[in-house]
Amino acid sequence: MIDRPLLVRGPRLGRRAFAAGAVALAGAGTARAQAMLPLKIGVLLPKTGVQAFFGQSCQRGADIAPALLPELGYQARFELMNADTETNVDTARARAEKLINDGAHVLVGPFDSGAAGAIAQVAEQRGVPFVINIAAAPQITEQGYKFVFRNFPTSGMLVTNGFSLMKDMFAATGAMPKTAVFMHVNDTFGQANRAAIERLFPSFNMPFRILDTIAYDPAARDLSVEVAKAKATQAELLMVVARLNDAILLVREMVKQRWEPMGIVSPGSPGMYEEQFFTSLGKYSEFIVSNVPWYNPRSEVANLLAQAFKKQFPNDRMIGHIFNVGFTFEAVLGAVDAYQRARSTDGKALAEALRATRIEKHVMVGGPIAFDAKGQNIAIGSAALQNRNGEPRVVLPATAAEATPVFPIPGWTKRG
Amino acid sequence: MPLDLVLNVAIGGVLTGLVYGLMALGLSVIFGVVRIVNFAHGEMMTVAMYAAVMAFAHWQLDPFAVLLPVAAGLFLFGYGLQTSLINPFITRPEHSQFMLLVAIAIVTVNGLLMAFGPNARTVLVPYALDSIELGPLLVDKVRLYAAGTALAIAAGLFAFFRYARLGAAIRAAADNHTGALVVGLNVKRLYAATFGLGSACVGAAGCLMAVLIDVTPTLGPVYTLLAFVIVIVGGLGSMMGALVGGVLIGLSEALAGLVLVPSAKSMVTFALLILVLLLRPQGLFGRRA
Amino acid sequence: MTDWAGRMAGDAPPRALPLLAALLAALLVLPAIVDSYVLSIAILVLYFAYVGQAWNIMMGFAGQLSLGHSLYVGLGAYASAVLFVHHGVAPWIGAFAAIGAAIAAAAIIGALAFRFGIAGVYFALLTIAFAEFTRIGFDHFPWIGGSGGLFLPVARHGESEFWMLRGPPVMFYYVILSMAAMAFAMCRLLMVGRIGYYWRALREDEDAARALGIDIFRYKMLAILISSAMTAPAGVFFAFYYNTLFPEQIFSMLRSIELILGPIIGGLGTLFGPILGAFVLTVLAEVLNEVLAALGWEIPGARQVFYGLCLLVVVMYLPEGIWPALARRLGLERRR
Repeated sequence: MIDRPLLVRGPRLGRRAFAAGAVALAGAGTARAQAMLPLKIGVLLPKTGVQAFFGQSCQRGADIAPALLPELGYQARFELMNADTETNVDTARARAEKLINDGAHVLVGPFDSGAAGAIAQVAEQRGVPFVINIAAAPQITEQGYKFVFRNFPTSGMLVTNGFSLMKDMFAATGAMPKTAVFMHVNDTFGQANRAAIERLFPSFNMPFRILDTIAYDPAARDLSVEVAKAKATQAELLMVVARLNDAILLVREMVKQRWEPMGIVSPGSPGMYEEQFFTSLGKYSEFIVSNVPWYNPRSEVANLLAQAFKKQFPNDRMIGHIFNVGFTFEAVLGAVDAYQRARSTDGKALAEALRATRIEKHVMVGGPIAFDAKGQNIAIGSAALQNRNGEPRVVLPATAAEATPVFPIPGWTKRG
Repeated sequence: MPLDLVLNVAIGGVLTGLVYGLMALGLSVIFGVVRIVNFAHGEMMTVAMYAAVMAFAHWQLDPFAVLLPVAAGLFLFGYGLQTSLINPFITRPEHSQFMLLVAIAIVTVNGLLMAFGPNARTVLVPYALDSIELGPLLVDKVRLYAAGTALAIAAGLFAFFRYARLGAAIRAAADNHTGALVVGLNVKRLYAATFGLGSACVGAAGCLMAVLIDVTPTLGPVYTLLAFVIVIVGGLGSMMGALVGGVLIGLSEALAGLVLVPSAKSMVTFALLILVLLLRPQGLFGRRA
Repeated sequence: MTDWAGRMAGDAPPRALPLLAALLAALLVLPAIVDSYVLSIAILVLYFAYVGQAWNIMMGFAGQLSLGHSLYVGLGAYASAVLFVHHGVAPWIGAFAAIGAAIAAAAIIGALAFRFGIAGVYFALLTIAFAEFTRIGFDHFPWIGGSGGLFLPVARHGESEFWMLRGPPVMFYYVILSMAAMAFAMCRLLMVGRIGYYWRALREDEDAARALGIDIFRYKMLAILISSAMTAPAGVFFAFYYNTLFPEQIFSMLRSIELILGPIIGGLGTLFGPILGAFVLTVLAEVLNEVLAALGWEIPGARQVFYGLCLLVVVMYLPEGIWPALARRLGLERRR
């Protein structure tokens, strides 16, 4: 379902965004309004369906932008047009078409690789720039598109960073697993990561062998067989590429089957640092490691973002949303930054401006936001997060660590 | 492949299959008597699952404790559905009945989506993550309880159809529609009672499923199809067939997950269905037409 | 040729031909008058009209309930897309492979089902089973992208190449319009031909038809083969219009149901039923979208609930579909 184009100050944003609207109003009042039309940003996210949790989490990053960007000195006016992809690739495509027909100048979204592939094609065909917030499948930026930009690592980057952090963790703790089993969700993202893992694994000279690779259905409702199979390999390490519900099912089933490997590590996937993961699993969510891009606690923008989040969503912890919120905010930031330089809503002009992007002050770990010739930001780093006391804490790299890594991890029964 | 792994997985499959069987039993009873394929069957089960989830969330009631009230609620729902919407369709062609139930299914799924949102909901009873250790075997506690309950309910239903007067009357109406009318049975009421019973079965199955899997509004179509497959494999209209079919499908899916890529395991289910349709179209326990 | 045209016109009511001509003329000039949003809806309507027409041959004409037509759409889509992606074969050539693949699948299903006398709900379930089996199989077939999806290289902004079916929506509009028109003409021919009478005979009473000496197996096979062959080009269109294929989506049971709603709501076994049904349902879905958005009721699911309720009302009060009732109003009843 699609929102009609709406002003960020529009009444239909709901109570929670009202405060933000007020702030935006104040900002617009003091700032010298530019004599340009507002940039219409179409935000495509899976707000219903299997990925609903992520989509709604990402949406907050976009909703914060109207209040926060003026604080960062961006005076260009913009409007958000929100659309729901319903976790369905076809719907994503149709919604993208509709947003463009309704006047969107730039598209942002969509959390998922499958949807990103479909939307990219619409954007390319219609000459409307598309800034991807989250989607890792490498082929999206390998098609020679001129209007597609991705401020997110590809699967190859994710896995490369994920593997080196894994080695660092082994080195830091002195524990070396000799065998591993790899479980992944069988969708676009999962297959892309699997391909990257298979390609990169030999060159990393890991201490362990991968005994088995187990693919499971993204709509799986019961992972008992999958876990039994993985347990039977007697692997010392579990590597996971998951979403959210499946990650929860997986851990629950491991507890039931009393499978206690040395550790559970994701070489780069969502799910296990999300708010819902902690609330659903409680003590069983502890000690799991995710090697993923993360916010930079030392960044000024990240701190402002945290304050804005607190103001707008006082009942929620930002830490459980920061990954989604950070990247979605950065995507909107990139679009607005390009608009400010292009001084035009024309697709070509915006795409050219995006290509020349260089944003030093931003949220996530890594170099300045910039896109290469393919539209890919290649300067995004990863951090190793370990779930500790109900929140993800950075344990590596050591320069940014908030805690020291625990590995091997305590068994399920040995927890308070 | 280690034997204990195979056994563990097989036991899990059989236990889940019994709950599947109870669900399919409802579909089979309805078809056997009313001659209507309930294409909203999985959706009705989802309604029951949400009832169990809500009872747990608000009053900390165990799904096993609310099983009877939920089944009773579904009985009334089914009874009402049959008397209000479905009765006029009894004589209509199959595709027309199909459309009616698909429309009901669409409204149900999306009504649930409106009411509860898209996120998965869980019933985490205190013993949800426990298992029972028997030598090398590790049996999931909730799964064992759910399967036992399913078996007990199925036995009750068998007894009802064998010994109760109403059960005998329903069987009479199923066997010979005109004859039943002639001897003065109120066939419309019997049909409604049957639809109610079938719905109660699926309601009970929903409460049991709620402890096994997470609930989302969109589960419905998958389980409608699964129930449909099970009764065809077992024999449409055969109660024993539904139960055995459930176990067979549960077991074959579990074992297929071991042998094949787990994400491809339901292929075996459909292959089994195709085989049964071709070799024994009346189903394993069905009578030849 | 005149005989052909004569048979086409045949027993059509006198007012039907001018009305049909007016409709076609309106559809031809449509892109010139509407914006791109309406155009995309029109493409969707014509797409559903086309597949509905193809499905109607099975169910409306020959009385065989197929709930697995997404299988033929999917096979057609994948056959042409794989040839295009891996070998650069143009979709116009690929369409033959698409039709071949669909016919092969239909031949297997038909031969098995009709030889063993499987009918009614059993046949319906068999068709679902084959579609689901294929869906999961394609999910694990890396050469065609597996569950990761198959992406067709897209036309660059402003580029257009008709031979490779790469271009703007207007091009796709005319492609699907011609497909729908051809399907209409073909169904008309089948309907008034000998084969149409045989189909109707076996739809109404199989035993009586057999007693009349009709080769039941042969005519059921013809129905499934023709219907699947007609469905496959819809898949080709789908692949090149949407440019992204996922087994999960294209072979899904919900897709099969979606494509049969039109003809059933419009009027089973009629020529205008599939067209009218596609129009009513697609426009209904969009209008609900707009109305609910305007009211601010953006609760996920609300649109589909209303959609379901509308379906319910139609099946309850217009058991034969909308078209027969409408035709009586318009004075377009068939002369008997």
